[in-house]
Amino acid sequence: MTPYEVTAGFVPLLDSALLVVAKEKGFAEAAAVNLNLVRERSWATIRDRLAVSQFDVAHILAPLPIACNLGLMAPRLQMIVPMALGLGGNAVTVAKDLWRDMAEHGVASNLDARESGTALRDVIRRRSNKLRFAVVHPYSGHNYELRYWLSANGIDPDRDVEIMVLPPPDMGDALLSGTIDGYCAGEPWNTFGVLDRGGRLATVKAAIWKSSPEKVLGVHAGWADANPDALAALLKALHGASLWCSRPENHSELAWLLAKPAYVGRPVEYLLPALSGVLPMGNGESRSVQDFFVPHAKAATFPWKSHALWFYTQMVRWRHIAHSDRHQRIAGDTYRPDLYRNALRELNVAMPSASSKVEGALLAETPVGSSGALTLGPDGFFDGNLFDPDEVDAYIAAQEKP
Amino acid sequence: MANRTTVSNKLNVLVIDENSIRASIIELGLREAGYDNVTIIHDMNGLARRIMEINPDVIVIDIENPNRDMLESFFQISRAVKRPIAMFVDKSDEASIEAAVEAGVSAYVVNGLKQERVRPILKMAISRFNAFSRLNRELEEARGQLESRKVIDRAKHLLMRSRGVSEEEAYSRLRRAAMNENRKIEEIAQSLVTAASLFDPGADE
Repeated sequence: MTPYEVTAGFVPLLDSALLVVAKEKGFAEAAAVNLNLVRERSWATIRDRLAVSQFDVAHILAPLPIACNLGLMAPRLQMIVPMALGLGGNAVTVAKDLWRDMAEHGVASNLDARESGTALRDVIRRRSNKLRFAVVHPYSGHNYELRYWLSANGIDPDRDVEIMVLPPPDMGDALLSGTIDGYCAGEPWNTFGVLDRGGRLATVKAAIWKSSPEKVLGVHAGWADANPDALAALLKALHGASLWCSRPENHSELAWLLAKPAYVGRPVEYLLPALSGVLPMGNGESRSVQDFFVPHAKAATFPWKSHALWFYTQMVRWRHIAHSDRHQRIAGDTYRPDLYRNALRELNVAMPSASSKVEGALLAETPVGSSGALTLGPDGFFDGNLFDPDEVDAYIAAQEKP
Repeated sequence: MANRTTVSNKLNVLVIDENSIRASIIELGLREAGYDNVTIIHDMNGLARRIMEINPDVIVIDIENPNRDMLESFFQISRAVKRPIAMFVDKSDEASIEAAVEAGVSAYVVNGLKQERVRPILKMAISRFNAFSRLNRELEEARGQLESRKVIDRAKHLLMRSRGVSEEEAYSRLRRAAMNENRKIEEIAQSLVTAASLFDPGADE
């Protein structure tokens, strides 16, 4: 048969791995997809090229399709998320000077989100000028998890610090020059900042919120409606790619693949840490992080409605959008686990029986009711809070309390 | 000069483009159209601070620029302080967004400005971006043609020297070989030059 033509935009980051592997290791071809990958340098351009149908699908920040559907961005674009592209992968890197101050307030090199956050709070209380942090985009997991981490440690992200947006490749230099004091980014930019720009790893996404969503497959809604078979074929290819990426024996090859100029275009040694989960901390130390980046296990590609709704609660919390039933519905409907289930059904993929879960309820790895053998979690927020997607109003109300 | 002042435009336009030639082409176009208040930034260092200093009404930026996300975050911040800025491209204006993305340019405007007032700026930027890409393509082709002429000349001289033939005869030998092998004449010339340099380094000098 004639293969489906699919054009996908991606940003050169480690978690573009599933798309890259789908193309390079034959998973797309096996699913009869001719996958055309186009590299971009900003999320704004990914969004614009989706809007004018130059791209059909894209590697995209998990909250961004929700922001598009809520009309927070121009040009107008309706998107759906039928699949996630893995869990975790981000970290918070701080400048050497800030780390020294945090060390004086008792921080240990263990990436613990409570210990590092408490030390940061104590540093901030004794400073006269504001610390400045960078994130990659306002509607990003980075922005929301950094804000969550700061708030839960008694730091007001709007009043006590300044948060700005920078392109991740510039963050290391900004850290070294003192333009910023820290940043929350994906890989390879924390490893780069630590190995080449004197940064120190303060905490990781996997410590702030275990098994948490990061990049997803964003799909132009009109294209998905018109090309359901092509989309289903692409999801099958990406599923195969996620399994391949998860095998430790493939990590070295994956790092070499991503290092190519057409993809991430950075040295292999910056890409391996996220894959092995052994991260350089600065000062020559490194540390093994459980579930730092999860491409396949724990239903890592499943588009949980509860993930979409949690991002929505954070958009409300930081006044990106006003809370209403309609807005909440739009956010929840952006994620399409139904399409995921339909596309992967015939592959006999272990599938969760629910499409939403209480985030933070699993304190350990737990077998769950599903159509196959599947374990989820641990998925806890570091402050012990739970997010029940059936109790969005209460969660939003509780967040507003100082 | 009198009629020039009638089209003079007070809008403060900022052009952000790492490609300084393209930026100059846009600037020239804007000035010709009567926009006298134009600033160009090529260097992305301290971009955020510069934009705040310049406080532009309209920003034109190439879509390859990684700082677009940072730029757009400004609008979000400014909405919080009730000085809203929106994207220039109207949400309903699909044709113009398509033309802009095709050309590789995007533009932003301080909200409150009438779209009609700034529409000509985007139109002009789109046409200049397109003209620049066309120019680049033509330049590449011209460069390619120049290179192939050079290599044919070298091959001709090699033949003239080693076979003692005239320039016309040398050229017709190359052409014949190209026709016989169904290849381009510059490919035959290149093989000859390469072979000669292998047999006798410096022979083609």
